[in-house]
Amino acid sequence: MTDQTPVRASTGCRDTPVLKQRGQREVFCGLTGIIWLHRKMQDAFFLVVGSRTCAHLLQSAAGVMIFAEPRFGTAILEETDLAGLADAQTELDRVVGELLSRRPDIRQLFLVGSCPSEVIKLDLQLAAERLTEQHAPHVRVLNFSGSGIETTFTQGEDACLASMVPVLPKTDARQLLLVGALPDVVEEQAVSLLEQMGVGPIRVLPAPRADSDLGLGENTVFALTQPFLGDTHAALERRGARHIAAPFPFGEEGTTAWLRAVADEFGVDDATFDRVTEAPRARARKAVAQAAQTLSGKSVFFFPDSQLEIPLARFLTRECGMTAIEVGAPFIHKALVGPDLDLLEQGPVISEGQDVDLQLDRCRAARPDLTVCGLGLANPLEAEGMATKWAIELVFTPVHFYEQAGDLAGLFSRPLRRAGLLKVEAAE
Amino acid sequence: MKLTVWTYEGPPHVGAMRVATGMKGLHYVLHAPQGDTYADLLFTMIERRNHRPPVTFTTFQARDLGSDTADLFKQAAQDAYDRFKPEAIIVGASCTAELIQDDPGGLAETMGLPVPTIALELPSYQRKENFGADETFFQIVRHLAKPVEKTAQVSANLIGPTALGFRHRDDIDEVTALLSDMGISVNVVAPMTSSPSDIARLGAAHLNVLMYPETAETAARWMERELGIPFTKVVPIGVGATRDFVAEVAALANVEPYLDDSRLRLPWYSRSVDSTYLTGKRVFVFGDGTHVKAAARIARDEMGFEVVGLGCYNREQAREIRAVAKEFGVEPLITDDYLEVERTIEALAPEMILGTQMERHIGKRLGIPCAVISAPVHVQDFPARYSPQMGIEGANVIFDTWVHPLVMGLEEHLLTMFREDFEFHDDAGASHHGGKALLRAEEEGSSAPDASEPVATMAPVPGGEVIWLADAERELKKIPFFVRGKARRNTETYAASRGVMQISVDTLYEAKAHYAR
Repeated sequence: MTDQTPVRASTGCRDTPVLKQRGQREVFCGLTGIIWLHRKMQDAFFLVVGSRTCAHLLQSAAGVMIFAEPRFGTAILEETDLAGLADAQTELDRVVGELLSRRPDIRQLFLVGSCPSEVIKLDLQLAAERLTEQHAPHVRVLNFSGSGIETTFTQGEDACLASMVPVLPKTDARQLLLVGALPDVVEEQAVSLLEQMGVGPIRVLPAPRADSDLGLGENTVFALTQPFLGDTHAALERRGARHIAAPFPFGEEGTTAWLRAVADEFGVDDATFDRVTEAPRARARKAVAQAAQTLSGKSVFFFPDSQLEIPLARFLTRECGMTAIEVGAPFIHKALVGPDLDLLEQGPVISEGQDVDLQLDRCRAARPDLTVCGLGLANPLEAEGMATKWAIELVFTPVHFYEQAGDLAGLFSRPLRRAGLLKVEAAE
Repeated sequence: MKLTVWTYEGPPHVGAMRVATGMKGLHYVLHAPQGDTYADLLFTMIERRNHRPPVTFTTFQARDLGSDTADLFKQAAQDAYDRFKPEAIIVGASCTAELIQDDPGGLAETMGLPVPTIALELPSYQRKENFGADETFFQIVRHLAKPVEKTAQVSANLIGPTALGFRHRDDIDEVTALLSDMGISVNVVAPMTSSPSDIARLGAAHLNVLMYPETAETAARWMERELGIPFTKVVPIGVGATRDFVAEVAALANVEPYLDDSRLRLPWYSRSVDSTYLTGKRVFVFGDGTHVKAAARIARDEMGFEVVGLGCYNREQAREIRAVAKEFGVEPLITDDYLEVERTIEALAPEMILGTQMERHIGKRLGIPCAVISAPVHVQDFPARYSPQMGIEGANVIFDTWVHPLVMGLEEHLLTMFREDFEFHDDAGASHHGGKALLRAEEEGSSAPDASEPVATMAPVPGGEVIWLADAERELKKIPFFVRGKARRNTETYAASRGVMQISVDTLYEAKAHYAR
């Protein structure tokens, strides 16, 4: 018997009016996603067509300069490209030719649009089609936009995955597709749990290599592992695949609800479901309980960052005993996060988009015990005596499913524990 | 279009942010798309600043394009003024906003804000971060600095330090002390620490100390011309340069030169016998022009190294660095292409790199120790302790910093003595560094290739390919790693110059005798 908490739409936040303000947005652009996508897709190269700012962002945002020659780079637009003295398409052919001759291991090339390339209306789709013909069959060239004028932070991954969907071959096979770039260890855990229940065959998007035989069709059902995959969701539905809506697999409760939704689709009986999930559920509960000792009774305030905010607020309030004051998200896609909103008890302000100065005013007035925010705000808020959790770590760290539930709670409890441990102020 | 993997400098508006963030009472309204706010974290994370940079980004999105981005800019500027009440505002565009041609300067002018509003023209597709800082500071000075009465006591401005600068925080203290010892007070430090009203008082100083030509040379030249303030040309990094600086300041200020060198330890540390092992160490120097010029002189004259190559990434300093390279008899490398720097280092096989955080990565990959002498910076370049580069303490810090990546002198002698030892060998690494020491791999004994069999072909040298015979290759491996690169190159050069195509053990030792010093 599963003790799933029933969905209580009447008390959830699905219909809570959303606060929308327009002002400075303190967020990354979608190019940032390249940092984790290039690790996940091991034969892919991400070529940003943009400016020095784009290159500088990629270098600075994650401090990833660990590879002498990474599988991403920037084709920096120069004065001659903008003045029309050089044909940007010809220039792009040249740069791609250089790149592919130096990196024969590359099988998928993504041309990534940026703010400048979009403002000058450089047609990267045309370029991708031409370059695919030139370099077929060895390299497939796709394009997506990671620009700040189109995308916020994790929307870059969404745009990337959505760009891959139309070129996947058709299949009529009944299959489950897991969608979202997760660390391998986490992905393997999810697949293993589902396979133990008899669910399958299971495929993942993005596949680690281009030559996988992933196909799509009307007998494909898909489950999202990340809440920011709205465009990918739409692209998959256009190909006839069907979405399994569920809360996102954060924490014991979220993971169970997510697995249950998939299991129901595949007709898994309760006994099997319980047998497979019982032990990891118990472990997850125990691990979360430890961090929850620190978190329980504390308040949390989310600045918009990754679109993970709503599922995480659900996890922190329901499993860790926290109170949410404000849950800000850069973008709220109700078809995706609706089930999480249903579970999030009414009370917090739900905000979409941002005017960072006004939001900082609200945050300072509320004095939350913990503020979840981007790297640009964290130290300034700490200096004002407010404990913070920088949000980017929630995207870079394995946090999904049962075995990571304790780690996820730990990410939030550590700043509070640390604040309690340090005795560095002058004696009164 | 230019393919770039890593960059030495950010875009010019980041340079402007470095100026604004170093100052007080100034606000920067930057017309820029969503996402450009990433630059805030450079200051709050890398430099650990406890305040947000005083920058308002308009963060326009696609839906704003073509409709109301100009209104958006004006709204952002008005909100920024109302909220922060700055003494002056600078306005400009990032790379994307430059393309939509909203003219932030013109828009701001029409708003009639009650404080000076300074427009920046920073061409994002031609120039880079250092230019952005230099130009921004120049525009601020040009708009706000006025002729004023000189201070009664001889005084100097310290110009050039910015936010996110390599050790700027501590260099300010060190230079202030150098001047104070000569009875010269500091009038204004700018951009870092100054407010717009301080900028207005720049003219009260008797001289300008140009600490970093990268960020303040244009302003220094303008003040020389318009306000009659001479500026220093020597940057006091290293013992010799510090002494030269003191002499130059004394001449400009018409005071007696004086340097309190009672705390100066570099000369003795360099002469003491433990440092013998530093003699002739082959170093490659790369960074911004100012730091490279200073480091090359220290390396040769104060550490006893051999400079085998040098260069800078900022083209503004190319002429200066070419002259230094000529003096040192090496090829200058003027490039911001990281892969080209890496190739050059690989080809020169130096025993040590004096570089930036970027070269630290190259060194890690190639197994060459690296000490950081210049921006671009990393969180490590903002140590909690006092750690200047300039003046007396700067010289002491540089000695320690450069020696640290190397194996210590006494240890190196022991390595030479015990180089066949299974646990005390050169791959074991320096004892004062982290990481696990590796046991030497067992010699492959009977499977060793025949002594006369060629094992490796080297990169082409003039006159064809030189081949190392297996026994010579084995002998080479017995040489400690920190001189192995030099031994290999010398032997190959020696062999090539004599038309020897196969290097045997004899060739190796003939070359050794030839290059003995």
